[in-house]
Amino acid sequence: MPQGRLRRNGPAAGSPPRHHAPRRSPVLRAFSLAGLLALLSACTGPQSTLTGAGSEAAQVETLFWVMLVGAVLIWVFTIGLSIYATRVHPERHSEKTGTRLILWGGVAFPVVVLTALLVYGLKLMPEFRAEANGPTIAVSGERFWFRVAYGVEGEPGVVKSLPPGGVESANEIWLPVGVRSAILLGSPDVVHSFWVPSIAGKMDMIPGRVNRLVIEPVKEGVYNGVCTEFCGDAHGQMGFRVVVVSPGDYEAYVAAQSQPAAVTSGPGFEAFMENGCDACHAVRGTEADGSVGPDLTHLGSRLTIAAGILDNTPENLVRFISATEHVKQGVEMPAYGMVPNEEIAAIAAWLEQLK
Amino acid sequence: MSNAQIEAARVGTFDLSDPATPNYPDPPPIQTIGASHVDQEDPAVREAQAKRLIWVWEAPKGWKYWSAVNNTEVGVWYTSTAFIFMLFAGVLGLMVRVQLAVPDNDFLTANFYNQVYTLHGTVMMFLFAVPIFEAMAIILLPEMLGARDLPFPRLSAFGYWCFLIGGVFVCGSIFFSSAPASGWFMYPPLTTQERFTPGYGADIWLLGLSFIEVASIAAAVELIVGSLKCRPPGMRLNMMPLYTWYVLVVAGMILFAFPPLIAGDILFEMERLFNWPFFDPERGGDPMLWQHLFWIFGHPEVYIVFLPAIALLAMIVPTFARRPIVGYSWIVLAAVGTGFLSFGLWVHHMFATGLPAISLGFFSAASEAVAIPTGVQIFVFLATLLVGRVIFSVPMLFVSGALAIFVIGGLTGVMVALAPFDWQAHDTYFVVGHLHYVLIGGMLFPIVAGLYYWWPILAGRTLSDRLGKIAFWMMFVGFNVGFFPMHFSGMMGMPRRVWTYPAGLGLDLPNLVSTIGAFVFAAGFLVVVADILRPRGHLPLAKRNHWNAGTLEWLSEPEDKGWGVRSIPIITSRYPIWDQPNFIDDVDNGRFYLPDAEELKRETIVTSVLDAKPLQVLRVPGPTFMTMWAAGFLGAVFIFATFHWWYLTIAAMVLATGAILTWVWRGTAVIPEKHEKDVGRGLSLPLYVSGPQAVGWWAMFITMVGDGTAFLSLVFGYFFYVTIHAEFPPPGIEGPGLFWPLAALAVFALAWGLAFAARSLNKAGSVTSARLAMAAGGLAALLAGAFVLLGPHTTGLDPVTHVYPATVWILAIWAAVHAAVGALMLFYCLARSLFGHLTPLYDADIQNVALYWHFMLGTAFVTVATIAFTPLAT
Repeated sequence: MPQGRLRRNGPAAGSPPRHHAPRRSPVLRAFSLAGLLALLSACTGPQSTLTGAGSEAAQVETLFWVMLVGAVLIWVFTIGLSIYATRVHPERHSEKTGTRLILWGGVAFPVVVLTALLVYGLKLMPEFRAEANGPTIAVSGERFWFRVAYGVEGEPGVVKSLPPGGVESANEIWLPVGVRSAILLGSPDVVHSFWVPSIAGKMDMIPGRVNRLVIEPVKEGVYNGVCTEFCGDAHGQMGFRVVVVSPGDYEAYVAAQSQPAAVTSGPGFEAFMENGCDACHAVRGTEADGSVGPDLTHLGSRLTIAAGILDNTPENLVRFISATEHVKQGVEMPAYGMVPNEEIAAIAAWLEQLK
Repeated sequence: MSNAQIEAARVGTFDLSDPATPNYPDPPPIQTIGASHVDQEDPAVREAQAKRLIWVWEAPKGWKYWSAVNNTEVGVWYTSTAFIFMLFAGVLGLMVRVQLAVPDNDFLTANFYNQVYTLHGTVMMFLFAVPIFEAMAIILLPEMLGARDLPFPRLSAFGYWCFLIGGVFVCGSIFFSSAPASGWFMYPPLTTQERFTPGYGADIWLLGLSFIEVASIAAAVELIVGSLKCRPPGMRLNMMPLYTWYVLVVAGMILFAFPPLIAGDILFEMERLFNWPFFDPERGGDPMLWQHLFWIFGHPEVYIVFLPAIALLAMIVPTFARRPIVGYSWIVLAAVGTGFLSFGLWVHHMFATGLPAISLGFFSAASEAVAIPTGVQIFVFLATLLVGRVIFSVPMLFVSGALAIFVIGGLTGVMVALAPFDWQAHDTYFVVGHLHYVLIGGMLFPIVAGLYYWWPILAGRTLSDRLGKIAFWMMFVGFNVGFFPMHFSGMMGMPRRVWTYPAGLGLDLPNLVSTIGAFVFAAGFLVVVADILRPRGHLPLAKRNHWNAGTLEWLSEPEDKGWGVRSIPIITSRYPIWDQPNFIDDVDNGRFYLPDAEELKRETIVTSVLDAKPLQVLRVPGPTFMTMWAAGFLGAVFIFATFHWWYLTIAAMVLATGAILTWVWRGTAVIPEKHEKDVGRGLSLPLYVSGPQAVGWWAMFITMVGDGTAFLSLVFGYFFYVTIHAEFPPPGIEGPGLFWPLAALAVFALAWGLAFAARSLNKAGSVTSARLAMAAGGLAALLAGAFVLLGPHTTGLDPVTHVYPATVWILAIWAAVHAAVGALMLFYCLARSLFGHLTPLYDADIQNVALYWHFMLGTAFVTVATIAFTPLAT
């Protein structure tokens, strides 16, 4: 029974709310340590909301445990009462008892509990929305990948589309740990939504609007991001990676990404140009300047390809180029299965060199 | 009254071609002595009465059975059809679960998966959850009110045929792999632009469902008027069965919730079909407007689904607690409060869209607040169980299951109502889990409880206790195993509406468990279906009032007589069968009102809204195929439009209008053969009333409230665009000017004055002047409609270029279409007058049309003020 599981881990959330503690307190650990660890080990992961890799996610996690314990208690009381009234003691009670139950159980108790919860919950909001003190990064949700630009300038509200410029990349966002970065969110096609569950809540990417999300990662590591607004056939395979590093590493990374491509000639590059890949993709430092698809200037440095769904290996790259639709149904990039295998292999090998 | 009719009344012959008299063979002899003057204790008298009632209320035989309009037949069709759609959507749900059972599965393609999940949600919401409320209410409401039928049986039948045609159209699309594939919420621009969603899927969704929404609103009108005007004498508002209260609240909510969606659908379809840029940001549109309109509908929708199920519990719980409900006023207030609050919550579906914090705070608070009236309703049940002496049974088993499941859904609802938590949970499987707990616990389990509870009055026999228990445990365990892990999947980061997911994220096990549970749950429901379908003709009939309940529907006899109640009782208690002495016997022996159908006409009693004083004997029309034709042609309009077959669309529109006019002409405002009728116990009631006392007037009023809501939703759209644009009209585009809009308003006012004058003149007996006023009013209405279109036409507003001209045009077209309908109505009255169906004494038609014109004038005024004056302000 699911309720059993809830009850067993209930005390975990029994500690008072801690607004500034991203981690569980010692008080909490003292309770049912074994059960808690078992559950938590199952709960954390690169895409889990319970990983606590961002200040917002950690506070929401505490909020979640508090609400969960409250919910279990209320459920046990309500259902216990109904079992008592129907099976344990089906005989009559006084009408006064009934009216009192409605008044206290149905009105007074919910008013008090909900008010307290609302105050607790809403007090978190200004904190989550506090100003950024780090870089501004523009992320554009496009069918079915994420365009990323570091260091853009300009503010949402006035503009209706993301500010231009910045160092462009795709499907991978590096963030400095312990710093509040501003993410500007937009879309040129349909509504998408930007979500890195381990770090913070989600925000929609709406055509004609620019939304602003401020997030603060607190643990270094690699986390998954996903699109959470249905955007078409490949919606389920539209993801990205967030790489949280020290501020120094972050600066170094952006500096490296701003460089032109490391290798700008060779058979791979020639095949790339001959097959028209440059119509959609840009490789800075070459004449390839397409802007429909992801910028590939440093593709070799990325962890994944095809918007977070495949590890970045030459084999996967060959597979993706020759059978895009098979690897990722609904993808906008046409398959290049008709291109000779050796050319595709050359293109893949070249792209992997673009660190 | 025409001379022929006066003559007929005098000599006591009766017109059997009246729509209230079914066209059956072998009519029993009519009775010319009023009910107050026969010896009701004489068995021979009673037998003759019963014979007439049975003949009149019988369903048609053979293939003509499908022309039935009585609430019993239509209600049963409606309910069965809704259940069939539900089973279909259930199969789609299982396909979703199979696809998600293991990571990286390819049981379905991505596109087909999207069609499947979209149709699963759409069918469950639009073809099951809402219609099942209407369907059950059509069966139960008249029974609970001791009425012989609802006031507009043909409207119910029309609604049913619309529902069937629209539902088959929408569901059928998946067999051609062209079902809508963008979710039941259909967010633009994904859905409005051909480049993202080619094909007919989105159009099928929009037009098919718009058509079904028409049916829903028709049912809402029927149910509101039914609850307000067809109660038995003495049943004041505060004595209504709780079910009736809920029907009233929910039908009222439908009236205000569906029109914003209809308005949204209009904008949406104009963009899809004609490229008007309502949701295209490139040309000034905004996809957010759809989200607002959709959720202004979509959130009340949840309560439209949930409250009727609570209403079932509110009837079942007292019966098994063996006592009246504890806290009647509490639960009524809570139901009304929930209804109101539910309109202030829609933004909680949009917490992640980047709205200002102040809105989020407000809507979080409102969303938490709705838990209070919901809690009151739950605690009223708990209190009733505690105070009563509970007898357990299969319906109670399902009630307990409903509570256990729904409370979890309610508690997770409290969680996601809080914006900071929702930012994590929104659009994840946590919400999928939450909404299924709410809908299965708050809707499906109560409905199954209701099936087991009311089955004896539907079928005369009980369902199996043993199968009921097996079904319950399979459904209860299967459901929890299937849906509880979804909360966990959501917290683990699994978004909704993904057709597959990668291995290794901790999602593999919960998804597999979910799939297994879903199949167990479905198997449990199949046990219910098997129990319903298994032949039980050999089993004994259930005893009357099987569960010893206290409310009027239990007067129904196991051998159904079709007449509803033998005589329409006087009510002095909320639970008359429990409290009123000798009640069943008095009803059965015809000691109350209308114990007879003397003239072989279908009749029921209409009472006053607040205190249920008898006002009228309402003759309700009997079987006809015309409603089926009307629904068929109207359906054809929507279906042909989907495929852009414009000539056929127009032809179908003409035929639909013709069918509706024929139906209305033959079936409504029929002048009776005599003015009053003896209903027994020394009471005589008029057979024809008009104006605010009449059910038709109320129906017009309620319909126009819904119509006005749709109109105001369009106006809301206009001002929404005003707020998001710095300049509106945008620079370089001129408004519709002042001259034509103001001229239109003046002519609208003239037409309104003429409609009003026609009503007064007719009443005063100046028939010729009244006819002139009707003719002139109709012409003025057509002129006004043309003028309002001339504004944007003369200034050359091109609706394709920018959202501003598009919104101006849409408001002008709305006003012009209403003007045309208003003109048609006035010409209709003129014809009725010329053919002697509308007289100074019998003037319901012009009364109702004058009422329409009040709303029409309001619409014209708001339209002109909006399109002509707002450009001046900017």
